Amino acid sequence: MNAKGTAHKFGDNVDTDVIIPARYLNTASHKELAAHCMEDIDKDFVNNVKEGDIMVAEKNFGCGSSREHAPIAIKASGISCVIASTFARIFYRNAINIGLPILECDEAAKEIKSGDTVSVNFDTGVITNETTGKTYQAEPFPEFIQNIIKKGGLIKSIT
Amino acid sequence: MGMTMSQKILAAHAGLDEVKAGQLIEAKLDMVLGNDVTSPVAINVFEENGATAVFDNTKIAMIMDHFTPNKDIKAATQVKQTREFAHKYDIKNYKDVGQMGIEHALLPEMGLVGPGCLCIGADSHTCTYGALGAFSTGVGSTDMAAGMISGKAWFKVPSAIKFNLIGKPQGYVSGKDVILHIIGKIGVDGALYKSMEFVGEGIKYLNIDDRLCIANMAIEAGAKNGIFPVDDVTREYCNGRYQGTPVEYTADEDAVYDEEYTIDLSELKPTVAFPHLPENTKTVDEIGEKEVKIDQCVIGSCTNGRISDLRAAANILKGRKIADNVRCIILPGTQKIWLEAMHEGLFDIFVEAGAVVSTPTCGPCLGGHMGILAAGEKAISTTNRNFVGRMGHVDSEVYLASPAVAAASAVTGYITDPAKLN
Repeated sequence: MNAKGTAHKFGDNVDTDVIIPARYLNTASHKELAAHCMEDIDKDFVNNVKEGDIMVAEKNFGCGSSREHAPIAIKASGISCVIASTFARIFYRNAINIGLPILECDEAAKEIKSGDTVSVNFDTGVITNETTGKTYQAEPFPEFIQNIIKKGGLIKSIT
Repeated sequence: MGMTMSQKILAAHAGLDEVKAGQLIEAKLDMVLGNDVTSPVAINVFEENGATAVFDNTKIAMIMDHFTPNKDIKAATQVKQTREFAHKYDIKNYKDVGQMGIEHALLPEMGLVGPGCLCIGADSHTCTYGALGAFSTGVGSTDMAAGMISGKAWFKVPSAIKFNLIGKPQGYVSGKDVILHIIGKIGVDGALYKSMEFVGEGIKYLNIDDRLCIANMAIEAGAKNGIFPVDDVTREYCNGRYQGTPVEYTADEDAVYDEEYTIDLSELKPTVAFPHLPENTKTVDEIGEKEVKIDQCVIGSCTNGRISDLRAAANILKGRKIADNVRCIILPGTQKIWLEAMHEGLFDIFVEAGAVVSTPTCGPCLGGHMGILAAGEKAISTTNRNFVGRMGHVDSEVYLASPAVAAASAVTGYITDPAKLN
């Protein structure tokens, strides 16, 4: 499985309140949530994002609330993968549970710039910045988590 | 190798004699929690996957607290969906307007969580119950759905940071100042994926509300959980209240910690977190007398909406007036706290000072309702997050503080050290 798209770059400590503000949590509709994704940090994001694009951020991405609406909004906006230096732990669980691919790679997270074309090979964890030609190796998931992903998410892995 | 308190609780619930940091385990759950924002997503996952039964209808709590009393039609629709699910599966601890309170004030009060229990909640502040010697952590809605179906969850066993609390807090220093100080020291990802274990002779000076406040904000340092050992303060609170069987865990003497900090509570000062991260802390004496002008004061939330917090605010507001052009909104955490505050005469003090008292709700803490900020406005708040746009407009600001500092600031209209009030 692979992803390829344009990078949308963010900094440290991107919290779930800016990923999807609480004023929109009165719905669980994926489409409505996607329409407000990243609104309080980049109001043009929803107009610029294209299907398959890649989100890149630095440390502690997704900190704050446990709202699963955050990875749902990102996935429904068309983002195919999030690369970050580190993820906040509830966001990490939620992304795996709903099938939003995420990769931890500090070097890639710091060096990739908005607008770069980035490709990701999920089997090997190799990230390629096609704009600069540089490649990076992301941390592989533990086998236990790989199994959840292979089975199509947490619920399918237990039912 | 020795185990931490958190590791012992996880091992016991996984049926293992020993666990190690980094190990992936599956553990049995004593309580699965959701609210009016996260339960509907969990119910959708539950139903879309064809589940037809819950693992135990007494071990699930659905507390309608975030946008209730329902703030709009969409919020009402989400609560209706949750109410119908709760009725269909006979969920015993479904709590709506009239019985509900802010979930993390309500569950300890009702005795649904207690020493040694393992709880997951689809709300990040579920880590609050570590104050009672429980292992308790926030998860998302899919984990909540899986927990409701199977009664189990997977965990990566966390390593831990030990906070050795010594000394007695002085003056207006409360649990809120302790945790803001710690977050200021280690940062918003200082405990990422880890347990924060609070021990030491200083904890005997922290009442149960202080401890609930400290454990509540462990997530603001990125922690998986925060936990206190069980002592007489815990036992007095939980005896006759906790519906389960309490089990007391202490860390082994040779338990391994990634880091250890000693915090002298007697040296702490009232502390404020400036926008837009809880780690941006200053002590009140570092803030100029008229440096930060406020438009609103919020006293409440799962962090500071308990009776001790309301008493601390009333102690400041008694015989004083809220400054002109400041809105002071007080939100008791539960119906029981509301009644207690009313009987003690705290509402007379609040209303005579010019504050308003709300029904229990998370409300303004997450920018839901009951006190939203306009562009350019600033609030001092006893809540837990000061992220961009957290209480309203993206160009508003939230300053986090204790009830005493918030109340003193409401009186002067500027962020103020309560010790300096006339």
